[in-house]
Amino acid sequence: MSRPKPEGSDDPALRLSLLREMLLMRRFEERTAEAYAMGKIGGFCHLYIGQEAVGAGAISVLRPDDYVITSYRDHGQALARGISPRAIMSELFGRIDGVSKGKGGSMHLFDRNTNFLGGHGIVAAHIPIATGVGFAIKYRGGDQVCLCFFGEAAVNNGAFHEALNMAALWQLPVIYLVENNRYGMGTALERASSVNDIAERACSYDMPNEVVDGQDVIAVREATMRAIARARGENTPTLIEVRTYRFMGHSMSDAVSGTYRSKEELDEYMKRDPITVLRAQMEQRGEWSDEKMAAIDAEVRAIVEDAWNFADESPEPPLEALTEDVYVDTTSDTATGTAAGDR
Amino acid sequence: MPVITYRDALNQALREEMQRDDRVFIMGEEVGIYQGAYKVSKGLLQEFGEMRVVDTPITELGFAGVGVGAAMVGLRPVIEFMTWNFALLALDQVVNAAAKMLSMSGGQYNIPMVFRGPNGAALQLSAQHSQAWESWLSHIPGLKVVAPGTPYDAKGLLKSAIRDDNPVLVLEGEMLYNAKGEVPDGDYTIPLGKAQVKREGDHVSIISYGKMINVANQAADLLAKDGIRAEVVDLLTLRPLDSETVCTSVRKTNRAVVVEEGWEMCGIGAQIADYIQRDCFDDLDAPVLRVHQADAPMPYAKNLERAAKPDAQKTVAAVRQVLYLD
Repeated sequence: MSRPKPEGSDDPALRLSLLREMLLMRRFEERTAEAYAMGKIGGFCHLYIGQEAVGAGAISVLRPDDYVITSYRDHGQALARGISPRAIMSELFGRIDGVSKGKGGSMHLFDRNTNFLGGHGIVAAHIPIATGVGFAIKYRGGDQVCLCFFGEAAVNNGAFHEALNMAALWQLPVIYLVENNRYGMGTALERASSVNDIAERACSYDMPNEVVDGQDVIAVREATMRAIARARGENTPTLIEVRTYRFMGHSMSDAVSGTYRSKEELDEYMKRDPITVLRAQMEQRGEWSDEKMAAIDAEVRAIVEDAWNFADESPEPPLEALTEDVYVDTTSDTATGTAAGDR
Repeated sequence: MPVITYRDALNQALREEMQRDDRVFIMGEEVGIYQGAYKVSKGLLQEFGEMRVVDTPITELGFAGVGVGAAMVGLRPVIEFMTWNFALLALDQVVNAAAKMLSMSGGQYNIPMVFRGPNGAALQLSAQHSQAWESWLSHIPGLKVVAPGTPYDAKGLLKSAIRDDNPVLVLEGEMLYNAKGEVPDGDYTIPLGKAQVKREGDHVSIISYGKMINVANQAADLLAKDGIRAEVVDLLTLRPLDSETVCTSVRKTNRAVVVEEGWEMCGIGAQIADYIQRDCFDDLDAPVLRVHQADAPMPYAKNLERAAKPDAQKTVAAVRQVLYLD
């Protein structure tokens, strides 16, 4: 897959690439929902549909040696980071070729090759881990950053406060990116948080912060670039509040609307589908053609079909895998002294 | 051989491992400028600087998670809990993150780190500061748990824990930090997962670990006065637990008493009794008995605290019972 270049934002090739990436996420998850309904995917499964611009925009400005860590709503970010759709779909199907060998499932996508430090299943618990990654970068004198995604419900959790306090206290190169999709499961932001402007929470830690339109992939990208410049240059962390919306239920077992949010509200937000927003920007610049789009859509649909077929044919993990990877049996017997190097 | 305290033995282990491997750092409350709440990290800040000896806010969940993150990308953190009682706030990171990361990432991310600090009761610290967490912690696949009871074992096990590529929990003891014993200068390690017969005998096996190993030894001394030869088995590592050494001893003595610091329910002794009944049922001449803390939160009053804790007299009584002497 061609990767968006990490510099500049006003570039037709970049817009096309981001559009393709968001379409891939969308088509991938539409098929994920079908596979779930057919019983090919089990457990908890949280879709990213509606939020694609956040993962696509933010990850597009990272270097390959930067780190990404996220919560359980992780399919979109994993695709944006360049993890193979085959390996992701196989993981969702619980197969040996899955990116986590079928041990993790939807919520625990990990990939060492792309420094994708996981999908984590406990709300807010991965935020201190991101702070630790930032600590390690500074410890080694590196210039990478750690980009940490989480939902707006996580900001009410103690782990968020503990992690941001230390990152600001120690000046660590971490970008904390809140995907404010308005609902923590079924609880609206206003019913859970005493402060409705989440970015303001950063003031408690004297941390730079900003609010971004999460349906505009270019805006997300540019805000992330500003945060990365602070992180790489000055080891300064940033809290970015990205305002977005989840078009699906919290998980596959949650109705799309009707209990905690109305159909009218959903319809209103869906007018700002991130793919439609980017399309409008491209039309304005004369970069859009229906034929080109049809070709891209056909291409990503083919990738998703291939991923489905590959996952469907991938074997289940062998039973002996049950007790594998509980412990590593290696021991660091010799001092390697590689703190300055990267893994 | 030099005689030093358990505290200094731990300090030597930390210093030597930090000299040996610059990926090793220590982080926790008061480990730096204060020189350690129990002075285990004394002098380390001066030798290694503030990037490798890191004072944290009082935020156990947060800095435990910082350690996990640093370990994921290649450092080897030693996270000090001022006591394991405070670590309860951090258990999500220990259990849900450190223990499971390797498995749920399909073998991609191991967590080479140590969580350490004093475990169990000291003197009159009352209910919230006197708890022994070993059975909780040993329950979790993905973790290793060690409980050294002597200065020699403390240094050797901590060094092995730091070099291990898995998360290892080191359970120390406030009442042990001043205990003295012979400890060689320089490098040696004690393998994880191996129990040790600390004293040979053929009448009964007293199986214990951590600070209770000293109770077991005192009991063995008292029993010797009556001609009872007790074998003392020190588990040293609680996970993975060396049931073979335990059962070898019981096959010889045909009787077993487990001395543990924690509460009875689901305790370490219950697991030991299970290994014994499975592996050497036909060798037993008496039921396995357990000496443990009374089934109540630790009280403050001196007499009640004494009554709650396992001790040599209670151990002697249990041994006499399995020998059918009383």
